[in-house]
Amino acid sequence: MTNANPMPTAQYRIETKTRASFAASVAACLLVAVLLALPAFAARDFIEDMIFVFYMAALAQCWNLLAGYAGLVSVGQQAFVGLGGYLLFALTNIAAIDPLIAIVLAGAISAVFALPTARVVFRLRGAYFAIGTWVVAEVYRLVFAQFKQLGGGTGMSLPPSITNEVFGIEWIKTLFGVSTPASRDIITYWVALLLAIATLALVYFILRSRLGLALGAIRDSEHAAESVGVDNDRVKLGIYVITAAVTGMIGALIYLQKARISPDAAFSVLDWTAYVIFIVVIGGIGTIEGPMLGTIVFYLMQRNLAGFGAWYLILLGALAIAVMLFAPKGLWGYLSERYRLVLFPIRRRLVVKNSN
Amino acid sequence: MTVWADALIQGILLGGLYALFAAGLSLIFGIMRLVNLAHGDLIVLAAFVILTLAAWLGLDPFAATIAALPIMFVAGFALQYLLLNRTLGRDLLPPLLVTFGLSIIIENGLLELFSADSERLHAGAIETASIMLSSEISIGVAPLLTLGSAIAVIFVLNFIFYRTSLGRAFRAIADDLEIAQLMGIDHPRIFSVAMGLCFIVVTIAALYLGMRANFDPTIGPGRLLYAFEAVIIGGLGSFWGTLAGGIILGVAQTVGAQINPEWQILAGHVAFLAVLILKPRGLFPRAAD
Repeated sequence: MTNANPMPTAQYRIETKTRASFAASVAACLLVAVLLALPAFAARDFIEDMIFVFYMAALAQCWNLLAGYAGLVSVGQQAFVGLGGYLLFALTNIAAIDPLIAIVLAGAISAVFALPTARVVFRLRGAYFAIGTWVVAEVYRLVFAQFKQLGGGTGMSLPPSITNEVFGIEWIKTLFGVSTPASRDIITYWVALLLAIATLALVYFILRSRLGLALGAIRDSEHAAESVGVDNDRVKLGIYVITAAVTGMIGALIYLQKARISPDAAFSVLDWTAYVIFIVVIGGIGTIEGPMLGTIVFYLMQRNLAGFGAWYLILLGALAIAVMLFAPKGLWGYLSERYRLVLFPIRRRLVVKNSN
Repeated sequence: MTVWADALIQGILLGGLYALFAAGLSLIFGIMRLVNLAHGDLIVLAAFVILTLAAWLGLDPFAATIAALPIMFVAGFALQYLLLNRTLGRDLLPPLLVTFGLSIIIENGLLELFSADSERLHAGAIETASIMLSSEISIGVAPLLTLGSAIAVIFVLNFIFYRTSLGRAFRAIADDLEIAQLMGIDHPRIFSVAMGLCFIVVTIAALYLGMRANFDPTIGPGRLLYAFEAVIIGGLGSFWGTLAGGIILGVAQTVGAQINPEWQILAGHVAFLAVLILKPRGLFPRAAD
C-alpha cells in the first residue's frame, strides 16, 4: 500500500468573496471617510444634494429588497415615508422629543404599523398586492389629513425652535464656523449618510444570512422554496416589516430636512415610489449595486433635466419601459455580466480545490 | 330617514360609474392575468379624446364617443400587440412596471397637451334633467343612464364571453394558455382584441366620467383604485360581481359623505379593506385565483 499513489482528494469550500469585492471594500472605506469629512470643504448646495442622494439610495435599497428579493412589488411605500414624516412632526412638536431620537422612534412605530397593514395587504397576491399597497397608502394619506393638530389637509411647518435645537447643533456651529441653518444641514447630512450606509449594511447582512438564502430561494421559485422548508409568508412578513421600519426612519429624516409637511407631499406616489422604482429598474433590480448605480443616474438626470417638467417624466417612464423590455437586469446587470464584476459578495460559489 | 335613502340611491347610481371603470380591468385580468396600472390614466385619456373630437367635429359628447370608439379599439389593439404582449410571461415585474411607466407617460403627456386645467364634457339639458321620486328624492337622468350603460356593458361582455367563438377563445386562454395554443388559438391576436374591447369599455366609462364631474390629467390613479376595489369587492372572474362591487363602493362613498363630507373617499377604501379582511376572495368569486 505504501507505493500506491495517494488518491487525489478534492476539497470543497463555499466562497462569497471575489477579488473585485475585496478591492471594493477597501475603496468603500476610503469613500466613507471622504463623505464623512465632506462638510468641511463642500458648499452647502452640494451637501443638500447629497442628502437627497443618500435618502433616495436608502429608499431604493428598501424597495429592491421588497420587490427584487421578496417578490413583494409594492406601489405603496409612500405610506411609510409619510408615516415617518408625520411621526417626526408629532413626536417633536407635540411630545417635545429631540428630532434625532424621534427618527429612531419613527422607525420603531412604523414597524408596529406595518404588522396590521401586512395582515390586510398580504391577502392579495402578485400584481394585486401592488395596487392593494397603493390603496393602503391612500388610506394613510386621508387619515393623516384628518388630524387638525398636524395641520389637517394643508399641512404644517416645524417651528424653528425645534429645527434649530437639534442635538449637537451648537458644537457644529463652532467646529465649522457656519450659520444655524447650515449646521442643521450638516447634521442632517451625517444622519442621512449614516442611514444610507446602515440600510446598505442591513440589506447586505440580510442577504448573507439564512434569511437571505431563503429570500434567494423565494426569488428563484416560490414553490421550490416552500418545498425545501422555507416559510415563505414568514420571510415575506419579516422583510415587509423591516423595510417599513427603515422607510419610516428615512421618511422622518426627509421631513426633518424639509421642515414642512402636507398629506399630498408626504404620501406622494411619484416622489417616494415612482422615482424609487425607476432608480431600481434602471440600476438593476435584484442586486445591491443596481440601486446605488441607479441613484447616481437618477441624480444626474434630476439635476440636468428636471427643468423640462412633464417631458422629463415622460422620458423617465419611457426609459423604465425600455429597460424592462430590452435589458431587464438594468445597467448593473449589463456591466457585471460584461466585466464579471461583483462588489457586494452575496452569491455563494462552490470552490473546488484539487490537491494530490 | 330620507337623507339616508337618498344617499343609498345616489350611491347605487354612482356604483354604475365605478362598475364601468372596473369592467375593463376585470376583462383584461380574467383573460391574460394582466393588471394594468395605467387603466385609470387610459380612462382619462379617453375622456380627452372625446373632448377633442367633440370640439373638432362640433359633436355632442354622445356622438363624439361613438366616433371615438373605433379609434380607441385600434389604439388598444396596437398597445397590446406592440407593447404589452412582450411583457407577458412567468415574471410578475415586467407587466407591472411597464404599465406603471405607461401611466406616468400618459398623465404627463396629457398635462403637456391639455395643461392641468379642469375640463368637462358638456351634454346640455340631460346633465341637469332629473326624475322626482318624492318631494325630497330625485334621480338624475345622467346617473341613471350611467347605471343602465354599466348593466348593458356587462350584459354584452357576458354575451361575448359565453356565447361567441371569440369568447370561447377568451375562456380557453384564461383556463390554460398552453393548451389553447395547441388548439391553434393565435393568442397574441386574441389578447390584442381583448385589449381593444377593454378600450371600448374604457371610452364608455370616460363619457360618463366627463359628464358627471370635472376631470384633469392627474385623476387617473384615483380611478384605477376605484376600479380595482370594485373588482376585488365583487370577486375575481365575475362581471356581475364587478357590478355589485362597484355599487357597494358607490354606496359606501355616498353614505360616508353623508356622515362627513370629508370621509367620502376614505369610506370607500375602508369598505374595500373590510371586504378584504372578512372575505378575501370577494363577495361573488368565480375564478380560482
